[in-house]
Amino acid sequence: MTTPNPQLDAHGRLKHFLTIDGLSRELLTEILDQAEGFLGVAQQAVKKVPLCRGKVVANLFFETSTRTRTTFELAAKRLSADVLNLNISTSSTAKGETLLDTLRNLEAMHVDMFVVRHAESGTAHFMAAHAAPHVSIVNAGDGRHAHPTQAMLDMLTIRRHKPDFDQLSVAIVGDILHSRVARSQMLALRTLGVPDVRVIAPRTLLPTRVEEAFGVTAYHDLSEGVRDADVVIMLRIQRERMNSALLPSEHEYFQLFGLTEERLATAKPEAIVMHPGPINRGVEMDSQVADGRRSVILEQVTNGIAVRMAVMSMCLGNQHLGSQSQEEATHA
Amino acid sequence: MSKSDIWKDAAEIEAAIDTMTERLRERLERRGIERPLMIGIHTGGVWVAERLHARLGLAEPLGHLDISFYRDDFSRVGMHPQVRPSYLPVGVDDRHLILVDDVLQSGRTIRAAHNVLFDYGRPASVTLAVLLERDGRELPIAADVAGFEAGFGADEQIKLSGPEPLLMLRARRGANPIR
Repeated sequence: MTTPNPQLDAHGRLKHFLTIDGLSRELLTEILDQAEGFLGVAQQAVKKVPLCRGKVVANLFFETSTRTRTTFELAAKRLSADVLNLNISTSSTAKGETLLDTLRNLEAMHVDMFVVRHAESGTAHFMAAHAAPHVSIVNAGDGRHAHPTQAMLDMLTIRRHKPDFDQLSVAIVGDILHSRVARSQMLALRTLGVPDVRVIAPRTLLPTRVEEAFGVTAYHDLSEGVRDADVVIMLRIQRERMNSALLPSEHEYFQLFGLTEERLATAKPEAIVMHPGPINRGVEMDSQVADGRRSVILEQVTNGIAVRMAVMSMCLGNQHLGSQSQEEATHA
Repeated sequence: MSKSDIWKDAAEIEAAIDTMTERLRERLERRGIERPLMIGIHTGGVWVAERLHARLGLAEPLGHLDISFYRDDFSRVGMHPQVRPSYLPVGVDDRHLILVDDVLQSGRTIRAAHNVLFDYGRPASVTLAVLLERDGRELPIAADVAGFEAGFGADEQIKLSGPEPLLMLRARRGANPIR
């Protein structure tokens, strides 16, 4: 017997968005389709739709992140939800208690959705397990585990340039070992049918058995790894890794794994370059590449708002449907 | 599909669209509107609008609206599964708009469409053209031009099938739902 997916309701509809793991290709495609629709909202004079009017979304960031929090805040506001931003410094001793207290207090204020970022893997799942039945949880990054909305905004960016996932070669370069983004990206790419997913990293920054676990191919040479790739995704290198013997130095990392025009030349001529930001210029990639014609990095930011609107509205829209099946809405 | 499912066949619908074209032309002339902007509501409204747009020979490209994000029943029915982005080729500020839909019943879709339009700008006027105006109004919204006007039972569903040919299908709600 399979364990029911805690993210889905009894009818397979999205209730929480915690991880890509266990979600179907159809559901991921639905998120992308919805996001595509939301992209147009930014073109309106009034950049808002009334879809989630009356809903309350709390951004609960136990780990600071200006960019992600801002895009979640903007997404909720574009859906006309009310937004609470809470930056909570975490206590290492009484995390569970603090989390539950916070959850209960905010639930008492009639919050409908929590967007949670936390340094500990599994926090979003923990909150989903303890949240009241009418409350949704969206994972905005937990430990090394998952960052599903980042992965989905990357999928939307890829699809807008390369619509056929079944034909793609995608290379992910950098600190795969510590990256929740990379984990979610690998799962999303494989679920969406990408046949050739490559991970390129120094041996110290690759998880053991990554190939078997995620159905990807590992490379240790950048030029070889990006050869004939359609998409090259660069990951952010945390500077503290340089001091922990996992990497020799920024300079040496760039020499071996930094993306330059020259190295990118082995990829397909129309290959796109992505990065979750913020970029360490001259470490992960040259400025020439970051600002070049193949860079879609700023599109990723724009697409991030639309994807977060899609996820939030799907979860919030499914909250009160209970056990009834989703009926075709009357169009008259 | 059996013949009895069809309420109006393609020829009857094309004739009704001819009539709508003439009424719209008269209305535009009477009001001195020279360059209206036509906007169809997804999905059936766009099919009707495409025909009206061609017959009126309008210069501006046709726009289309998806009102899914403006529905007033979102918390009851959730997200509409097939959302298409709205597309307005030019700004709506100070423009005379012709809004086109297939069926006007409760008026809630048109109310939502108004909200979408006003989030794009402030039009000079909005004319509403629908292929079928039927019973069941829930809001004070009426068509300026209608191809058909008819009464049906509350349990009867009328839906436009298309895009080619256009057929109006009739079914009893719940018994034989139209997809």
